[in-house]
Amino acid sequence: MATTADTFQAHTDEHHHDADHKPGFFVRWFMSTNHKDIGTLYLIFAIFAGIIGGAFSGMMRMELAEPGIQYLHTFATWFGAENPTMDQALHTWNVLITAHGLIMVFFMVMPAIIGGFGNWFVPLMIGAPDMAFPRMNNISFWLTVAGFCSLLASAFVPGGTGLGAGVGWTVYAPLSTTGSVGPAMDFAIFSLHLAGAGSILGATNFITTIFNMRAPGMTLHKMPLFVWSVLVTAFLLLLALPVLAAAITMLLTDRNFGTTFFDAAGGGDPILYQHLFWFFGHPEVYIMILPAFGIISQIISTFSRKPVFGYLGMAYAMVAIGVVGFIVWAHHMYTVGMDVNTKMYFTAATMVIAVPTGIKIFSWIATMWGGSIEFKSPMVWAIGFIFLFTVGGVTGVYLANGGIDNNVHDTYFVVAHFHYVLSLGAVTGLFAGFYYWFPKMSGKMHSEFLAHLHFWIFFVGVNLIFFPQHFLGLNGMPRRIPDYPEAFAYWNGISTLGYEITVVSVLVWFVNIAYAYTMGKKAEGNYWGEGATTLEWTLSSPPPFHQFETLPVIEDKDHH
Amino acid sequence: MKFGENALKRLHILTILAAALTFFAAPGAALAQDAESVDAVAEEVAAEVPAYEYYGPDMIKGQPVDGAINIQPQYSPIGQEGAWMHNGILMYTMFGISLLILGLLLFVMIRFNKRANPVPSKTSHNTLLEVIWTGIPIVILLVIAVPSIALISKQYASPPEDAVTIKVKGYQWYWGYEYPDHGVGEIISNMMPQDEARAAGFPAQLEVDNRLVVPVGVPIRLQIIGADVIHSFAVPSLWTKLDAVPGQINETTMQVDEPGIYYGQCSELCGARHGYMPIAVEAVPMERFEQWVAAQGGSMPGAEEAVAEEAVAEEAPVAEEAPVA
Repeated sequence: MATTADTFQAHTDEHHHDADHKPGFFVRWFMSTNHKDIGTLYLIFAIFAGIIGGAFSGMMRMELAEPGIQYLHTFATWFGAENPTMDQALHTWNVLITAHGLIMVFFMVMPAIIGGFGNWFVPLMIGAPDMAFPRMNNISFWLTVAGFCSLLASAFVPGGTGLGAGVGWTVYAPLSTTGSVGPAMDFAIFSLHLAGAGSILGATNFITTIFNMRAPGMTLHKMPLFVWSVLVTAFLLLLALPVLAAAITMLLTDRNFGTTFFDAAGGGDPILYQHLFWFFGHPEVYIMILPAFGIISQIISTFSRKPVFGYLGMAYAMVAIGVVGFIVWAHHMYTVGMDVNTKMYFTAATMVIAVPTGIKIFSWIATMWGGSIEFKSPMVWAIGFIFLFTVGGVTGVYLANGGIDNNVHDTYFVVAHFHYVLSLGAVTGLFAGFYYWFPKMSGKMHSEFLAHLHFWIFFVGVNLIFFPQHFLGLNGMPRRIPDYPEAFAYWNGISTLGYEITVVSVLVWFVNIAYAYTMGKKAEGNYWGEGATTLEWTLSSPPPFHQFETLPVIEDKDHH
Repeated sequence: MKFGENALKRLHILTILAAALTFFAAPGAALAQDAESVDAVAEEVAAEVPAYEYYGPDMIKGQPVDGAINIQPQYSPIGQEGAWMHNGILMYTMFGISLLILGLLLFVMIRFNKRANPVPSKTSHNTLLEVIWTGIPIVILLVIAVPSIALISKQYASPPEDAVTIKVKGYQWYWGYEYPDHGVGEIISNMMPQDEARAAGFPAQLEVDNRLVVPVGVPIRLQIIGADVIHSFAVPSLWTKLDAVPGQINETTMQVDEPGIYYGQCSELCGARHGYMPIAVEAVPMERFEQWVAAQGGSMPGAEEAVAEEAVAEEAPVAEEAPVA
C-alpha cells in the first residue's frame, strides 16, 4: 500500500492550485456543495444540538437528584410560562424528555455520525472527488437544521397541559393526538418530517455514491468497513424513514383533519401507531450504531497495525444486523397486549441479533490479537466502546425475553440499556472517530493528553450515570417520571453525580478543541503512521478542497 | 439515610447553578407549596368503607428498597418463575459474557501492546475460529430461549372460568377498579397525599386512597383498558405489567401468594401526572375479601361458587408447580 500511497500524494500535489480554489465565505458555507464542508457543517450542528440535548438531560438529572419537585417550575418559566401551575411544571418534565430524546437521536447522533463523518470520509475512503449529488447533499443538511428549528419552536407554544410537546420521543397516540391540544405537537411532528426528509435524501446520496463512485479497482469487498457501515445504514434509512413519515403524517391528520387512524372510537387502533413507529424505531437504533461499528473497525485495525480480522464476516454481520433489525420491532411493545405467538416470535427473533453482534465483538478482539497495539486516544476510546457496547448488548439479550420484559418494561433498566448502547456506545464511537479524524479534518493535532483525560473522566462519569439505573429499573422505578418514591433516592443521587462528572469531561473536550486550533501542531497527511491504510491517509491534512481529480487505482494485492 | 450522606459529600455544581437561576426566575417558596397541589386531587371516594379495615404499613410486602440492586422479592407463581430465570440464568449469562469480553480486552492490551509485541502478525482469517464464535452464542441463546419461551407460555395461561374478575381502567391520572361479578361498581384509586401517607407510615407517592383489594392464592383475571390515553398497570413484586389501551381490553392473570400490600406505578407515559398514579394491591384471605366486598355493597357470586373459590385457594401451591401450559 505504501507505494500506491505515494502515487496518490503526488497527484494531489500536482493539482493543488486548482484544487484549493475555495468560494467566498457565504457561498462556501451557506450554498455548499462540497462534501467536506457539508460534513463540517453537520458536525458543528451536531455539537450545537448535542449541547442543547445534553443541557436538557442535565435539567432532568437535577430534578431527579432528590425526591420531590424542586426545579420544574423554574424550567417552565424558561420556556415562557408565567407562574406555572403544578401541572404545567410537570408537563415541562415531559417536554424535557421528549426534546432530549428527539434531539439526541435526530439532531445529534445521526447528523454527526452519518452527516458528519459519513460525508467527510465516505468519498475520501472510496477515492471519489465528492458525493454523487452535491446540491442534494446541501439541502439534506439545511432540512435537518429547519427540522431542529421546528422542534425548538415547539417548546414555546401550547402543547396541552403546558408549553411544548410532552409525549416522549416515541410520540405515542392517543397522547400525541387527543392528549396534546395545541400547536406544539404539530411543530414537533413537522420537525420529524423535515429531519426525515433530509435523512432520506442523504441516504439516497450515500447509496448512489458508494455504488457508482468507487475508485477503479475498489470492489465492494475492498471497501473499508466504515463505508460498508454507512452503506447498510443508508439502506436502513431509506426503508425505515418513509414508514415513520407515514405514521406521523397520520398523526397530523388525526390531530387536524378528523381522521381516526389511531382512534379506536373511529375504527382505528392506537397500537397500529406503535407498530409503525417501531418498524422505523428499531432500525433507527442500528442507524445510530452501525456507523460507530464502522469507525471502531477502522480504528482498531489502524492502531493494532493489522488488517481487520474476518473482513467479510464483519461486513456481512452488519448486513445481517440491518436485515434482522427490520423483523424484531415489536420487542419494544411486549406489554401492549399482543398475543402469545407474536411475543414468542419476537423474543426468538430479537435474540438472533446477538449472533452477528457477537461476531463483530470477537472480530475486533481478534484484530487486536497478535497486533502491535498503540494506545493513542482513538484506540482508547475504541476499546472503551467495545466494553461499554458489550454491557449494553447483554442487557439487550436480557430485555429480548418477553417474559422477563414484563417486569422491567418501561423501567430505568431499559433506560440504562439503551444509553449503554447509544450514549455510551454510539457517542463513544463518535468521540473515537473525532479523535481519529479531527486532525485530518482540521489540519491541527489535538492534545493526546487531554484526549486521554477526556476519555477517563467520561468513562467514569457515564458509567456512574447509567450503571445504577440498572438497579433502579430492576427495583421497579418507571421511566419518564419527574419525581419518585424515596426508596429510589440513593441510586438517583449517584446517577446525578455521574452527570456532573460527565459535564467536566465534555469541558475537557472543548478545551482540547481550543488547544488544537490555537496551539496544535500541524497535522501531517498520515499522522497515525503505517497502520492507517485507507485512502484518506494518502491526502494532506486537511485534504485539498477538491481531491482525487485523478482517480486513485486500487490494485489487486491491496487489502482493505 | 444513605442518600443524605451521599448528597452532602458530593460537589453540588448543578444545585448551586440551579439555585442561582431559581433566585431570579421564580419565587422559591412557591415551589414547595405547589408540590402539595398534586396530592390535593385525591380524597374523593373514601367515605363508605367503615366495616373494612385496610392493612397497615406492617403488611407492606412489595415495594422498592433504597439502595437495592436487584429485583423486588416476588410474591406470585409467575414472579417466582421469572425471578428464577432472572437470577439463575440471565444474570450469570450477562455477567459471564461481560467479564469474558473484559478479560479478553485486558489480555490483548497487555500481551499485544507495542512494547510486548513490536511486530504485528498478518493473520486476518481463521475460519474455524469464526465458526466457533458464531456457534457458541447460538448455543447460549438456545439455552436462554427454551425457559424464556416457557415463561411466556405460562404468562399467557388462561385463568379458570370462575376466577375473580376485575376490570382495571386507567384514567388521567388515577385508576378505576370494578368487580363486575361481585356487584362492586368502579372504585376510584388516587394517590394518597404524600404527607398523609408519610404520617401514616406508608411510602409516599406509592400509597393510594383506595387499594385494589384481591383475594390471595387464587388466579385473578385482570381486564385492563384505558379511558383516555395509554397507561400501564404494573406491580413489580407480582411480575405484572400490561398496558391500558383505549378501545382494547387486555387480559392477564395475576395471582398473589401471601396477604400483604404490593405497590406499583403507572408504566406508560400518560401526560403531566404520569408519575403520580400509583397502584396499590391489597391481597387478603378470602374471608376478608368477602368482608370487603360486603362493605362495598356487593356480594360474592353465589354461595357454591364461593366455596369452589376457597377450594382453589387451598390448592394454590399445587397449581404453582403445574400451571396450565
